[in-house]
Amino acid sequence: MAIMSRTRLVAWRVVQAVPVLIGIVIVSFLLTRALPGDPAAYFAGPAANAESIQQVRVSMGLDRPLPLQFISYVQDLLRGNLGTAISTGQPVIHELTTRLPASLELTGFALLFSMAIALPLGILAATRPNTWVDHLCRAVVTAGVSLPTFFTGLALIYVFYYLLGWAPSPMGRLDFLYFSPPKVTGFYVIDALIDRDLATARAALSQLLLPAITLGLFTLAPIARMTRAAMLQTLESEFIRTARAAGLPRRRVLFTYALRNAILPVITTLGMVFSFALGANVLVEQVFSWPGIGSYAVEALVVSDYASVQGFVLTMALLFVTLNLFIDVVYTLVDPRLSAEE
Amino acid sequence: MSTLTSNPTSNEGALRRFIRHLLYVMTDNPVTAIAFILFLLMIIAALFGPWLVPYNPLATDSSSTLQAPSWQHWFGTDHLGRDVFSRVVVATRLDLMIAVTAVAIAFIVGSALGAIAGFYGGWADRITGRLMDTIMAFPLFVLAMGIVAAAGNTIENIIYATAIINLPFYARMARTEVAVRRQAGYVQAARLSGNRDWRILAFQIFPNSLPPMMVQISLNMGWAILNAAGLSFIGLGVSPPTPEWGIMVAEGANYIVSGHWWLALFPGMALMLAVFTFNLLGDGLRDLVDPLRRT
Amino acid sequence: MAIPLLDIRDLTVEFATRNGTVTAVKKVDIRINKGETLGIVGESGSGKSVTSYALLRILDRAGRIADGSIVFGGVDVGGADERTMSELRGREMSMIFQNPRAALNPIRAVGRQIEDVMIQHGLATRGNARGKAIKMLEAVRIREPEQRYHAYPFELSGGMCQRIVIAIALACRPQLLIADEPTTGLDVTTQKAVMDLIVELAAERQMATLLITHDLGLAASYCDRIVVMEKGEIVEAATVDELFANPQHPYTQRLMRATPRLDSQVADLLPVDDKRRASTERQPLGPPLLEVDALVKAFGSTKVSDTVKAVDNLSFTLHEGESLGLVGESGCGKSTTSAMIMRLLDPTSGALTFAGTDIAAISAKQFAHHPLRSKLQMVFQDPTDSLNPRWSARRSIEDPLRRLTHVNRQELNSRVSLLAERVGLPLHLLDRFPHQLSGGQKARVGIARAIALEPRLLILDEPTAALDVSVQAVVLNLLASLREQLNMSYLFISHDLNVVRLLCDRVMVMQAGQIVEEGPTDKLLSEPSHQYTRALLAAIPHPPAHANPNNISVATL
Repeated sequence: MAIMSRTRLVAWRVVQAVPVLIGIVIVSFLLTRALPGDPAAYFAGPAANAESIQQVRVSMGLDRPLPLQFISYVQDLLRGNLGTAISTGQPVIHELTTRLPASLELTGFALLFSMAIALPLGILAATRPNTWVDHLCRAVVTAGVSLPTFFTGLALIYVFYYLLGWAPSPMGRLDFLYFSPPKVTGFYVIDALIDRDLATARAALSQLLLPAITLGLFTLAPIARMTRAAMLQTLESEFIRTARAAGLPRRRVLFTYALRNAILPVITTLGMVFSFALGANVLVEQVFSWPGIGSYAVEALVVSDYASVQGFVLTMALLFVTLNLFIDVVYTLVDPRLSAEE
Repeated sequence: MSTLTSNPTSNEGALRRFIRHLLYVMTDNPVTAIAFILFLLMIIAALFGPWLVPYNPLATDSSSTLQAPSWQHWFGTDHLGRDVFSRVVVATRLDLMIAVTAVAIAFIVGSALGAIAGFYGGWADRITGRLMDTIMAFPLFVLAMGIVAAAGNTIENIIYATAIINLPFYARMARTEVAVRRQAGYVQAARLSGNRDWRILAFQIFPNSLPPMMVQISLNMGWAILNAAGLSFIGLGVSPPTPEWGIMVAEGANYIVSGHWWLALFPGMALMLAVFTFNLLGDGLRDLVDPLRRT
Repeated sequence: MAIPLLDIRDLTVEFATRNGTVTAVKKVDIRINKGETLGIVGESGSGKSVTSYALLRILDRAGRIADGSIVFGGVDVGGADERTMSELRGREMSMIFQNPRAALNPIRAVGRQIEDVMIQHGLATRGNARGKAIKMLEAVRIREPEQRYHAYPFELSGGMCQRIVIAIALACRPQLLIADEPTTGLDVTTQKAVMDLIVELAAERQMATLLITHDLGLAASYCDRIVVMEKGEIVEAATVDELFANPQHPYTQRLMRATPRLDSQVADLLPVDDKRRASTERQPLGPPLLEVDALVKAFGSTKVSDTVKAVDNLSFTLHEGESLGLVGESGCGKSTTSAMIMRLLDPTSGALTFAGTDIAAISAKQFAHHPLRSKLQMVFQDPTDSLNPRWSARRSIEDPLRRLTHVNRQELNSRVSLLAERVGLPLHLLDRFPHQLSGGQKARVGIARAIALEPRLLILDEPTAALDVSVQAVVLNLLASLREQLNMSYLFISHDLNVVRLLCDRVMVMQAGQIVEEGPTDKLLSEPSHQYTRALLAAIPHPPAHANPNNISVATL
């Protein structure tokens, strides 16, 4: 029960991420090597013959014992070597890094969108439990999580592109009329703004809007649901009664007292939301031909480009762990009670 | 003496009490009633679908391709002239089967692991904890993609992958639910009554942990359906002529931009309705299994 | 008489529930004058807390004031708008609550919480609020107020948290302080300190106080007048002296009788003509039944320096037919001791000789099906928590019989019926589930289960702590009668010296894992030798003795 300082606590969180990272590397290794069938055949691709399979086997060291293979696998990882993509002949790491900003832009924008709607919605529902606002909120939220993202995406395309013509053609990040902005962050909207090219920024944003809404609708539900539940529970707790009995005004009770407490469990669920978002991201990219790592993985799946798929799974896991670590650190900094644990 | 005679009648009344309670739960919350009715419809479609539909879901008809919904074809026809309605109804069985099997595996394995971890703590807890952390370290849909891609593109592997990614939910939930009850007064009392550990876990702690887990099962069912459909949407698992909602939406996607909306809409709606049903069912199920709600 | 500070007339509060409207408070009249201390006494469900919430208009969403008027300092509280109310709350009348730790915002420094109130009511500005908050911390006798200003509630003890809540309530010098069970859940010595502080501050500021409590003794010790409530209605209102000299209402009489005083015997808690009264004959002591020798339980890491000894070198002997009390405040190690004797927890070292066998040598796991298991049973603290919510009363009572004896179904049923009769549980309640039973009925189920195997030693772990005093009176008498009928020995564990005394021949006082004093009950109470025992005794609030307790029993029940 020793009380730890904030910095030590944050450092401890980072240390705790290490076994998870090791777990990820082991699982991704097992996914490639310890499966029924011949991994060399997987990596050589469907068009390979016996000779080229043998060549792959030797070049990847697949003829050696598993522990040795694991060591060289880790060494390759540390060097950033994820193998070569069969379809393009480029190193997988290169493909992934060039496509990653597109995925991040989409997911980040979608999460901002869904949080901007879900948090107020949850608070609104919690302050008026069992009224029509609450019921409506629950209906919207349940419908949102029930919609398969690929279906929502198609429906939005049909309505806003085919019927109304408001949205641009759902093909990629930028209409072919525009040049992609000079790369700074890799996010087109932001890069175009930095470049003071408003037309391009607008075009990029209009391309981004539909896929981001599609993804955002899906992640809306868990955030809103959790916000409502946490807020309801907090509003019923005794310290809120104390605050009211002390004559603090409603706004202050609601925001300074209730919301700051209720936001803590919401932060912890964000990890789950990120998991949903990154998974659904693959489907949304596929629907909107978004040139991110998700659609890259799907293309690779179609041609049985095994190295690319594994590289993608690993990248996503690393991304997710980083996000979770970030959440943990934020939580550690926000909640004073955590320093009493461990 | 009165207790002797009252005992069999109270057993007989148990079923009737349950039905009365079911009716109460239904009437108390109309949403629950709707969810139960939808659920029943889905079960009927899954069991008797192939005999109920007007057309063979696999029969192509080149003379009537891409026809809009009409009295003849309620949901229209697809690019090969197959009846979309028949395909949507017949697909129910496969989609439900994948989800039910996957969730059942996840529930049994996950809650057993979690219950043991929560009850005994120590090493059992640490090892399961690490294992679940590792699974949860991946975005779950992505992990499912990886597993199916690695293990081979079959329906069984879709089921295993879906089960694995759902496992941590049950394990973690069972662990916390069991751990909070481990020191409960009635558990201590059961020890004093001479119950062994497994009896306490099985008859005292586990049944009381069920209500919150039921809600989780219900939510996960919806989620498992979405996952399986998502996997087949990107071309994993179920292969083309087989009617399955995800693959039907994927096929219909190519015709959206040309205005043939019905190809994707109806399987998509079916998918949504199924998930919606399970999401709504959760609260009703909890009310049903929670003894405190009984009157 | 001057115009009262607070004038409540015909107050009626209703709650909308699933089964229709429930009236929680019915036509209540209460008046409090400036500087006066009024106590509202009642058991659970009497509507005493709801009355106070209505007063501040902080009822739950489902509750509403259906009728009556509340006038405070000339302001009509019932009809005031929300803005007037927030100015009244905290500034003119404020409230402190039960469970002080939960009553504070867990993630805001306590000093800031005091500041919030002062700034809100214009008694401080952002610039000088901090200094004033620290002054307030000093006023409630918190040491090192500058450091404590930055503390979070989880870093403070329950008593400290209650002082902070008091500081928040009194920061704006209100004219009325409502204290809703302010000391429930606190240790008896802390209770005294907190109550003394409230009274002192109230006197200093000439503030009126409304003390809401279930404890007639506490109310009698600190109030000028007392209002007794039952089922939402006021049954009696009088000054303390009048009330105790001549209680009018049967409910007041019953309540008064059930509240243990220093000279009462267990049977005195129930009316003379009550069949449930236990006879007070004490049995002769037999040979030693349980010998505890140098018992130690250490928690913490394997490093010796980090370990905390919850139980430190404990030794005592309990004889056949004896009833031994173990008294101590929270954290003194009494529950750990009982868990070890019950063989639910393995001791770090030491011997436990029960009926001639060293049961400490048998691991907790093996003891679960040891022949001696049935001879060593326990009644738990919280009757609700100790019953499986999915099992009927019958199923709970028969569980030990099924596990540890070999009886057929028919015999099982008759044994359960017999047990139910013994503990006074109506047979038709046997097929009910715990949530369909009252607290007292659940306690009986727990006792029936504990005596089902005819144990020789029964540990009573605060068996009445969660019960109302009138139910406690019945349960204590039941336990006293059962001991005689079944020839059991008791180890009675409690924080309440006054309750333990009623059942026990001998009492041990425990502090920080060790027994600081032990002796025959009468001697320990009349001539305590250890200062901790003296402090415990001094902290117990006593209702004033009334002329003759047997005079008032005529109209009861």
